Amino acid sequence: MTGVLVRLRAVARGALGGGDPAAGRVVPPTGFTARLTLFTAAAMSFLAVFALALALAAGQLAERWEGALTDSATIRISAPVDQIEAQLQAVLQVLETTPGVTGAQEIPDAEMQRLLAPWFGSNLPVDRLPLPRLVAFSETGAGYDSEGLRLRLAAEAPGAMLDDHDRWRRPLVTAAKRLRLVASVALVLIGATLAAMVTLAAQAALAANGQVIRVLRLVGAEDRFISAAFVRRFTLRALAGSAAGTALGLAAAALLPGGTVEAGLLSGLGFAGWTWLWPFVLVPVSAAVAYLATAAAAARTLRRTP
Amino acid sequence: MIDFHSAGYGYAGGRPLLTDIGLSLAPGSFHFLTGPSGAGKTTLLKLCYGELVPTEGSVSLFGAALAGMDRDAVARARRRIGIVHQDCQFLDHLPVAENVVLPLTVAGQPVPEQDLADLLAWVGLSDRAGALPPSLSGGERQRAALARAVITAPDVILADEPTGNVDWEMSLRLLGLLVELNRMGKAVLIATHDMNLIRTAKGQVAARVLRIRDRQVQAAGAEL
Repeated sequence: MTGVLVRLRAVARGALGGGDPAAGRVVPPTGFTARLTLFTAAAMSFLAVFALALALAAGQLAERWEGALTDSATIRISAPVDQIEAQLQAVLQVLETTPGVTGAQEIPDAEMQRLLAPWFGSNLPVDRLPLPRLVAFSETGAGYDSEGLRLRLAAEAPGAMLDDHDRWRRPLVTAAKRLRLVASVALVLIGATLAAMVTLAAQAALAANGQVIRVLRLVGAEDRFISAAFVRRFTLRALAGSAAGTALGLAAAALLPGGTVEAGLLSGLGFAGWTWLWPFVLVPVSAAVAYLATAAAAARTLRRTP
Repeated sequence: MIDFHSAGYGYAGGRPLLTDIGLSLAPGSFHFLTGPSGAGKTTLLKLCYGELVPTEGSVSLFGAALAGMDRDAVARARRRIGIVHQDCQFLDHLPVAENVVLPLTVAGQPVPEQDLADLLAWVGLSDRAGALPPSLSGGERQRAALARAVITAPDVILADEPTGNVDWEMSLRLLGLLVELNRMGKAVLIATHDMNLIRTAKGQVAARVLRIRDRQVQAAGAEL
């Protein structure tokens, strides 16, 4: 491993540092393979911008939804006035004996008034209106059997309705997280595709220049000199292609609908604030991928040249 | 400088092409290597500059055993060996002058412009410095290859059929250049089956003639 790192550092010095500009001239123009690398890097970077946007949007969505989870639920009791108190007590009793339920309590009138104030104003006479009664409770880490609770409530308090909104929200959080994972995998695949394409292009260029490599070895060129000539060329092509593709991707992303905190996934599929900086990481990463792919291809080819 | 100790070489799957070779290229020595086509002259030269590693015995380049040298060490050793191939092998996209200085370029050494001009004049290619190799005649290619071989002032010059593709007049001119290098203290080894060239060299330099026969290198007899 250390040997590989030393070798890579040596190639890096020759390829991209002040290195040896003469190395670039000894290899004839690689024409088609250089253009292929340029195009591939541009296309992959363009796609990567959107995969990145999807990963960020899915991640933000998952965090937002996850933050809203309170592990709480409510039971709404709607019953005739003469029965409502009895059903309230029955619900509280059922909850007390339900495994996985904790902290059950009736929402007091003051809290009810606060909840309804946006619709009915602050002077609503809660105590004189036939409003349903609400019981809030939390669930323990182990959770509770919601179907079983519904059946028991139906038997003990027919006017009670369980509203476990967090329960349907939780799978959505999981889905958003998986979407983020899929987008991340897509980014990795895009990187791998770029590496594969650059490797193919570099190998084609190396194969086409077998005679050049033989002559260079004959006159005393070390492997790092020959490798640098190819690595420099393909790395710079990938850098230029990626910069162009990323710029186009950013321009296209800017045309997408802007995201807001309250917005859903599709309306938030873009960049906001500091996340606009993330796509710029793609350019050096693409160059690094091209650099490593070409260096590996050159090393393989050179090993076969005496 | 280049020493063979009971060295031999066999290509994969075949019997050894060369065996039990004992040879030493000392400073200032001049050797011809002869033998029929396919006898192993080129193989022996490849052993001299490390393109092949002996399958038996050992070859040492400047005191280091070839078998123990890594690729970079072999590359550095080749900078001390000037090689002239029959087919020359140039980078066709670079002009003659850049091909000639290629050994300096790959070694990261500066190119003394005056030395280059003198060298091109010495091989008679001053007016062809900017030409691309495909436009050169056979003789011009051989002289350009010789200039490239000596640009680093190597200790050893190896030439594989250097006069194979040129007329007699050009052969004499190339021989004269190699003899001149030998007088400067360079060891020269020329692989050829051109007996006229060897006889012509007789009056110019004290050369030993080696012949490959029965897979072994034998002294061909008297010094020329």
